Amino acid sequence: MKYAFTAKGESWDSEIDPRLGRTEFILIYDDKKNELSAYSNSEITQQAHGAGPLTVQKIIDLNPDILITGNGPGKNAAEVMSTSEIKIITGAGDMKIKEALEAYKSDKITG
Amino acid sequence: MKIAIASGKGGTGKTTLATSLSSHLSETQDVVLVDLDVEEPNSRLFIRGDQTHSQSICKQVPEWTGDCSLCGQCQEICNFNAVIKVGTQIMLFPELCHSCRACSELCPESALPLKPRKIGMLNQIQAGNLIFVESRLEIGEQQAVPLISQTKDYIDNHFDESYIIIYDSPPGTSCPVIEASKDADFVILVTEPTPFGLYDLKLAVEVMRKMKKDFGVVVNRDGLGNNDVLDYCDMETIPVLARISNDRRIAELYAAGELIFSTIPEFKEQLLLLERSLELSTVVDPV
Ligand code: SF4
Ligand code: SF4
Repeated sequence: MKYAFTAKGESWDSEIDPRLGRTEFILIYDDKKNELSAYSNSEITQQAHGAGPLTVQKIIDLNPDILITGNGPGKNAAEVMSTSEIKIITGAGDMKIKEALEAYKSDKITG
Repeated sequence: MKIAIASGKGGTGKTTLATSLSSHLSETQDVVLVDLDVEEPNSRLFIRGDQTHSQSICKQVPEWTGDCSLCGQCQEICNFNAVIKVGTQIMLFPELCHSCRACSELCPESALPLKPRKIGMLNQIQAGNLIFVESRLEIGEQQAVPLISQTKDYIDNHFDESYIIIYDSPPGTSCPVIEASKDADFVILVTEPTPFGLYDLKLAVEVMRKMKKDFGVVVNRDGLGNNDVLDYCDMETIPVLARISNDRRIAELYAAGELIFSTIPEFKEQLLLLERSLELSTVVDPV
């Protein structure tokens, strides 16, 4: 299973970035390889408009099964999201990445 | 003659002045009042008359035909993130599109033809001798500028120089107000004599100077705060065209949708003063 997180930093101890479109980093955790990798999203946070769709496009390209985030996508971002099979889990806003993954696995946060 | 009435922020009495000035002038001249505050047009509340015309206003946005090589050039050329490639499809976000046509013209497969999309409604109302035009932005539409610019085109196509045209501009100092005042012969900045009023006035003055506009100030609710606005205008040699006193009756008449100048002589005096300084009065008024 491949997980994507919107994050304020690059490690398991970083916090979830609650803003999907303007997240600072996208983290990908592949549990088969037990590997966490970070992708900077800084160039997108400088866009005045349309950050949501671009970030989602980037996430789709990374091909995760599940996205764990805070506030969830806006209207345009949701439209882009719906072209993929990725499952969105929201409500991880004030958690660290490792806590968010635990919370998801124990069904404390859902779509 | 085109006059724009603007203010650094909302709620300064801009609409009161715009509706009063145009109603008063229309007693002797041909006047068109245009509400360009397309996100929140409210002049209509003070205009009584019959609607004589109504039309949709559209902008041109690309539509994806699906016949596409997925080369991605459209996304690369768009400065506004209004077109992106997701997987095997192209998605468009019309409310972000600035109708620059770049993607449409660049597309090697001609897969992005331009189609009209409704962005607002324009209404025209005849109120006695006054003609009133307003445009309202569609809900969800984010860009005021294309609607403002097309509303001005409508005005230019329908009313020649014999009309006095008064634009009630959107508040603020960003693109919409610049679009609304850029072809005005004169801009009236409405302000209040308070620290906030002064702050916003300074910003608005900066914008007007950059645009090289002739402008003057009308102080609304005069007597409310301090003299700083007047001192500032004095120092900067900005003409103060009129000072409307802080009179509770004005607010009451405004709230009731009444014409203020027919009831309050002091208000009418200030209007006449304003009209004279703009050289708009045709009759010598026996004040
Ligand atoms: S430029 Fe035209 S052909 Fe290329 S991806 Fe965009 S729509 Fe498709
Ligand atoms: S017309 Fe211009 S602004 Fe609109 S989608 Fe195409 S490139 Fe972007």
